[in-house]
Amino acid sequence: MKCPAEMVLYMHEYLDDEISAEEEKVLREHLQSCKDCLEHFHELRKTIALVQSTSHIQAPSNFTASVMAKLPKEKRKVGFQRWIRQHPLFTAASLFLVLMMGSLFSTWEEDHQFSVSKQPNLLVRNDTVIVPEGEVVKGDVVVKNGKLQIEGQVEGDVTVINGEVINGKQYLASAGQVTGEIKEVNALFDWMWYHIKKTAKDVIYVFGDNEPKTAQ
Amino acid sequence: METIVKKRIKQVLKGDQDAYAEVVEIYKDKVFQICYRMLGNRHEAEDIAQEAFIRAYVNISSFNINLKFSSWLYRIATNLCIDRIRKKKPDYYLDAEVAGTDGLTMYSQIASDTRLPEEDVVSLELQEAIQREISKLPEKYRTVIVLKYIEELSLNEISELLDLPLGTVKTRIHRGREALRTQLQYV
Repeated sequence: MKCPAEMVLYMHEYLDDEISAEEEKVLREHLQSCKDCLEHFHELRKTIALVQSTSHIQAPSNFTASVMAKLPKEKRKVGFQRWIRQHPLFTAASLFLVLMMGSLFSTWEEDHQFSVSKQPNLLVRNDTVIVPEGEVVKGDVVVKNGKLQIEGQVEGDVTVINGEVINGKQYLASAGQVTGEIKEVNALFDWMWYHIKKTAKDVIYVFGDNEPKTAQ
Repeated sequence: METIVKKRIKQVLKGDQDAYAEVVEIYKDKVFQICYRMLGNRHEAEDIAQEAFIRAYVNISSFNINLKFSSWLYRIATNLCIDRIRKKKPDYYLDAEVAGTDGLTMYSQIASDTRLPEEDVVSLELQEAIQREISKLPEKYRTVIVLKYIEELSLNEISELLDLPLGTVKTRIHRGREALRTQLQYV
């Protein structure tokens, strides 16, 4: 029996839902009259059903567990990055803090040399700065990495960083040798606090100085 | 189902790795079926299916939450299977004569709703036979058949996924079906 060659094509078009109404009619009529083609068509449908009969195929029982075990352990890192993206303000603040600390630490490193504020009548012997007896030192005295011995008078604050004031308290107690405060700064945090206060003071002075000038 | 999955994916995106376990649980069988049909080997199928889930997890941030997660996941699995098939030699053509299907009719298989214990065994044997025949198909036919009938993609989607003209996809599906028909005629 000779069947039209396009019948098989029509079958496939039918299975792909791409057959036109006209072709479908031709196919249906032909299938009713031709047993071979009907058999062919049934076999095609059976094939599809068999291919799709996967319901019993299941993943191995430990599948999920082994997938989870193989996942990259980047949870914390990812979470952190995501958190940074979600909190830009905090990130900016902590970045600022880190840089700030960095500059403070480097200043601390640089500051380990002996230095003293410039007043003409201060005596320097090795690492000891002496305010000579009978002299009056005007202005604030700052000594870094050295000792300060006060025998005369200081009109202003005394600050000693990484050192000590010899007899300072005694003199302070007995007479008004030091008109301002006496401060000893030793530990890193004290020093930092001093620096921060100084910066704040400088800022205030800048404003304080500027205002009268602009007023004049 | 998709809403549950999307909820879980949002949790995964927030860094909750455990939420992904539920996603795996939902899709593991389907992904495994795709890989099994494509590769014809349980061991390899498990390998690639796991790899697909891991890839999906790693690239989850590139998944568009408004699209269907299953399609995206199946696509990853399919591409991995295609890669795997292309890398290895087609050794599965060699055992073409093995049949082992005598005396089985598919009607005992599909028609009945009540399954007897013996039928489960039968079903397994039949399944193996079907899989053997699918494995014998040349890769270009097998891929389109799996995409069409397991993943249930449209012809257009298959053409897009495989980067092939629509006409070629149709021809391959027709030839794949015909080849399988001949092979499965007496199953």
